[in-house]
Amino acid sequence: MSLSRADRQLLALLRGCALLSAVIVLLILLFLLRESWPVLRQVPLLRFVTDASWHPVDGLYQLTPMLSATLYSTLGAVLLATPLGIASAVFSRYYAPPFLAGLYRRLIELLAGIPSVVYGFWGLITLAPLIGRLHPPGVSLLTGILILTLMILPTVALTVDAALAAVPIAYVRGAAALGLSRWGLISGVALPAARSGIIAGIILAAGRAIGETMGVLMVAGNVVQQPLSLFDSVRTLTANIALEMAYATGEHRAALFVSGLALMLMVLVLVGTAELLFRERRYD
Amino acid sequence: MTKNVLATGLIWLMAALVSGVFVWLLSDILIHGLPQLSWAFLAEAPENSGRSGGIGPIIVSTLLILLVAMVTAAPLGLATAVLLSEFTRYDSIFGRLVRRSLDVLAGVPSIVFGLFGNAFFCIYLGLGFSILSGGLTLACMVLPILIRTAEEGLQAAPNDYRLAAAALGMPRSAALVHLLLPSAAPALLAGLMLGVGRAMAETAALIFTSGYVDRLPNSLLDSGRALSVHIYDLSMNVAGGDANAYSSALVLILLLFIINTIAMSLAKQWLYRRVVSI
Repeated sequence: MSLSRADRQLLALLRGCALLSAVIVLLILLFLLRESWPVLRQVPLLRFVTDASWHPVDGLYQLTPMLSATLYSTLGAVLLATPLGIASAVFSRYYAPPFLAGLYRRLIELLAGIPSVVYGFWGLITLAPLIGRLHPPGVSLLTGILILTLMILPTVALTVDAALAAVPIAYVRGAAALGLSRWGLISGVALPAARSGIIAGIILAAGRAIGETMGVLMVAGNVVQQPLSLFDSVRTLTANIALEMAYATGEHRAALFVSGLALMLMVLVLVGTAELLFRERRYD
Repeated sequence: MTKNVLATGLIWLMAALVSGVFVWLLSDILIHGLPQLSWAFLAEAPENSGRSGGIGPIIVSTLLILLVAMVTAAPLGLATAVLLSEFTRYDSIFGRLVRRSLDVLAGVPSIVFGLFGNAFFCIYLGLGFSILSGGLTLACMVLPILIRTAEEGLQAAPNDYRLAAAALGMPRSAALVHLLLPSAAPALLAGLMLGVGRAMAETAALIFTSGYVDRLPNSLLDSGRALSVHIYDLSMNVAGGDANAYSSALVLILLLFIINTIAMSLAKQWLYRRVVSI
């Protein structure tokens, strides 16, 4: 079909806009690389692990304390949020009466919309003192894990809910016809059928937890150290960037961009994996 | 059978736990934030680093940042969505590339947007710490949401519209302006509201792009402090700022709640119209 002249002009404009939208990601990668180049050029990657400490002004770039803080807090939050999120989705889909189910779903959606800085503030004022009473100082890995759990729980709950909604109704009817109990139906039929969607949701949530900044920054204490217990203060990769960007210059600044690049790559791998899983489900 | 009963109990317990924590959080902010909240608080300038006074200039800065973000992202997002949904076959290489890169963009952590915004808008383009830099950074961040919702809205427009317009010999652009866009309008608005909500909740991307200055901005090239940054600063860097941080958090949550409700009712209305028109 041939297009009129007005249409051809419109199409050219639209193509330009779409190209611009698509190029932003490349621009981000390009600028992260450009800014981290002064350090990447002369410091072998291994030194980010083997250096004695994180003193970027003196040329020491050990990122392991931050890497492990990010790893532990993400792992802890995913471990807590997974059962809670799955239970939330199962609750609103199979257990709650319709009125309560709608209310509960709305609550989870609201929870998803609360800004991270509010979670962080609440954690700092309310949760940290409570945990501090258990074991000082209160601002700790544990507090960070709990706040992160709250923040990623809606992601898990909403994706699992969508995955459960996509389970073919024939499966559910078949299970009911066989006389399975409600829990038998959920654990034996619905959850296994929604498996890949559930895993994708967990991976997405993990990606969110790794990239989260303010919530953890405000409650985890931000001491650069290898955590030995749940009550130690830690500083995650994201918090490190947010805290030091304000005054970093030269190679220090470049080192922060390196950690930004590392963060972006980690999240990309996770998002890519989740997408593959989603696609698998679409075709099976 | 006991397993069934046990599972039922456990699931109700977990749901109660989640609701309980949520109610705890909200009521805590409501109880501590409400006493200071007044028209004066919303209008006055912060004093003594925000310990006293209000959040007037901060609300102005927040709105300006949102305005810059939406004025930039909305046309760009709409154009991209129109191209993807109306002018590109789903399996074309260009369409797939654009979609893939937007998926990636949606996954980028907000602190990385902050780094990029600082390097690109503030330094490379020379905009400095300014409302313009912050708004443009947020524009990049909300673009994927805008495009996804607009695309869904357009794809849901009845195909009869397109066929009838083609049969009448209307140019595609006229069909777009007179039929498709109006029919997708509620979805477009709902997407816009979601984008505004996401942008307003953002902190990490703004700290080193729009900055900390809490005075009333004179122009878009002035630094301006967003509401979320204000909450962060009051609770982390200002001793004795908790009371006003609570009220600011309450204002932020209320604004987000209103925006969210508008977005949802628009989406619902749109869904209703879709169902009825079939």
